[in-house]
Amino acid sequence: MSHPSEDSVRQEIRAWLTENWDPQLPLIQWRKRLIASGWGCPAWPADCYGRGLSPGLAAVAEEEMRRIGAVGVAQFGVRLLAAATLLEHGTDAQKNLLPRILTGEDTWCQLFSEPSSGSDLAGLSTRAVADGESWIVNGQKVWTTSAQHADYAMLLARTDWDLPKHQGLSYFVLNMRQPGVVVRPLRQMNGHASFNEVFLTDVRVSSDMLVGKHGEGWKVALTTLAHERRLAETMRNWGRMEHGQGRIYDDLQAEHAIAMEPYKWYPQRAGRVDLLMNRAVDSGRVRDPLVRQEIAKALMLERASEWTAQRARAARALGQSPGPEGSLGKLAASHIARAAALAHSAIGGADSMLSGHDAPENGLIAEILISVPACSIAGGTDEIQRNIIAERVLGLPREPGGDAKIPYREIRRNTFDKQ
Amino acid sequence: MQFAFTDEQHQYREAVSRFCRERSPPSLVRSQMSSETGFDRELWEQLCTNLGLSGIQVPEAMGGQGFGAVELGIAMEEMGRVNFCGPYFASSVLSTGALLNGATEAQQREYLPQLCSGTRIAALALAEPGGNWDPAVIRATAVQNNGHWQIDGCKSYVLDGHIADLFIVAARRPGSEGLDGISLFLLPADTPGLSVTALESLDGTRRLARVQLRGTQANLLGVSDEAASGLARTLDEASVALAAEMVGGAQALLDSAVAYAKTRVQFGRVIGSFQAIKHKCADMLLDIEFARSAAYRAAELAACDSDELRDAASVAKALASDAFMHAATETLQIHGGIGFTWDNDTQIYYKRARSSSVLLGTATEHRDRYVLQLAARRAGEAG
Repeated sequence: MSHPSEDSVRQEIRAWLTENWDPQLPLIQWRKRLIASGWGCPAWPADCYGRGLSPGLAAVAEEEMRRIGAVGVAQFGVRLLAAATLLEHGTDAQKNLLPRILTGEDTWCQLFSEPSSGSDLAGLSTRAVADGESWIVNGQKVWTTSAQHADYAMLLARTDWDLPKHQGLSYFVLNMRQPGVVVRPLRQMNGHASFNEVFLTDVRVSSDMLVGKHGEGWKVALTTLAHERRLAETMRNWGRMEHGQGRIYDDLQAEHAIAMEPYKWYPQRAGRVDLLMNRAVDSGRVRDPLVRQEIAKALMLERASEWTAQRARAARALGQSPGPEGSLGKLAASHIARAAALAHSAIGGADSMLSGHDAPENGLIAEILISVPACSIAGGTDEIQRNIIAERVLGLPREPGGDAKIPYREIRRNTFDKQ
Repeated sequence: MQFAFTDEQHQYREAVSRFCRERSPPSLVRSQMSSETGFDRELWEQLCTNLGLSGIQVPEAMGGQGFGAVELGIAMEEMGRVNFCGPYFASSVLSTGALLNGATEAQQREYLPQLCSGTRIAALALAEPGGNWDPAVIRATAVQNNGHWQIDGCKSYVLDGHIADLFIVAARRPGSEGLDGISLFLLPADTPGLSVTALESLDGTRRLARVQLRGTQANLLGVSDEAASGLARTLDEASVALAAEMVGGAQALLDSAVAYAKTRVQFGRVIGSFQAIKHKCADMLLDIEFARSAAYRAAELAACDSDELRDAASVAKALASDAFMHAATETLQIHGGIGFTWDNDTQIYYKRARSSSVLLGTATEHRDRYVLQLAARRAGEAG
């Protein structure tokens, strides 16, 4: 068999789409067809719902799909992380879960963070104890997006209390539809409830749902976390959804609405720098030099951030490894959000005390003011980002770890989760 | 290519960097800081003739190298790394820019080769007591008498005025206001009626002078009354070059802070393992990388004569001023007591940061100017 080329891939998928693409199909039915053909995930292995194409050729296939408005596999939200993790670490039985992830029939969530383990994820204390052919899980998880309608979860739990913290963890696929799993929405300071708390009481996981080896949960979790960073990038493209006439697009829209619901305040979280100049000019507040200072600080940071991202992309395009400019985006986003909130508050003046219909832009500005704190916490706090930059980019030594080498049992923990 | 340097530009940077490291070590900078003239003429001539740095952005026909603002930025950044002492910014950037943007071709052909070869040093006399580089607030006046121009006024904060052979002076037609009626003039330093007083500068690597003109005769550069726009462009280009220089200085500071934090031991640990120190370093890096991106982008815009230059120049100058001052403050702090001593090199950069962050307008002034420009453009679009 000859190696596929750009032309052969283009011809092949065009022929397949001509034969199979039908916008009048129900969404799930179409995706089943797509997944069976391997064109849904062309970069995946040929024996695992893909076609084994290089990323470059897979992009050609995706381009052909987009060109005719053909809908792809489900990729909104946490299911993307589950798929990537199972693809890399899952057993054949576990990989049988992949098709329903890709069709969008199953929703997934991630049971990692705990009330006592935020930045220190490896210090988590939810326990899984072997009991015959299954594991029994007890503990509490938090910041779980989509838990309220999830079918499955990626679960990180402690299976050994006598080993150092990273070595005593195991990774499981948990069926969320069972007794003992209680999901409670977690209301945030801005009134939205994008996340949940999940309480696990004597929940059972069958032994064949252990992902990777016993005690290698941290390694598997790193795969999930690496893709979480990619997820943050793809989120920017979520506005770009295939549009068209036909049953399939209606289904897609409904799916999109559910998946996007938790993220509807995210633009406000980032500070809405885009609104600053219009507000300042329309309200006349731009005539105040103090207000101008605050606006300029936010706008200049935003521009420099964009130029820095472009520098990193240009370096990658030339085959150079990006310098430090590639590691700064997350920390920069926090600064921009804070600076933008300061500027919005300055523009609003006393109106910045109001919210809802009484407030500027029908409450949108108020939502910015009380959403930006999430930026410097979610997905790694600013402090953790600074540690990473200082250690990986500047080469400063790690903090002498007080807890990385001693048995987990002996580590000092928050008093409320001592067991 | 946008947002990236070519291989030739990388090689060029390496050549300038090597010259600066080898020929302008801290010991030399230190001695120049307290010397009478503040620079080493032999080193200056090497910079001009061997490397051709003094005419990077000048067309080859005028004695220059025929490169542009990007290469100028590279040279400034590398000179900033070592606090190079010499009239480069005064003569090769500000004065050369004023000639390129405001003189007639004949005048350019006469004077640019002299500046490029380094045989004559020029200074731009623009700001006045009060210290504002906005051409709109110039008070010095120029009148024509019997075909001769005569200038009255006082110029201050004139960079390297104490060693200049030529002065380029901005003055206005009596009664004119704002950006109207501004003209540029050129006069030799020994012109009767011109007196130059060296000022004591806080930053010994950046010398300033006051220039008094009392009915002093001068030659008109370019077209009378119409110098303002060329001068504005010169200042924008110079702000971008200065931003690059500040980025170089800030990076040198961060490098020294990190190196020190990796070796200095307190409480049985190198201090770089404390988060209090790590976080300062990470914050410096973020500021510097943002300032660098702005300086590089602004240089690209200057090189292609873009009308976005004015905005970008303010972004670059404001971010670089803040990043440099921040890096100087934190690097000194990380060094602790030793950082406050005369013998530690941090003080050289600290003083340079103090002067550079004010020269050509503070960050606050550039932020203000930036938003006013955006607002004016919006009003223009709406109207």
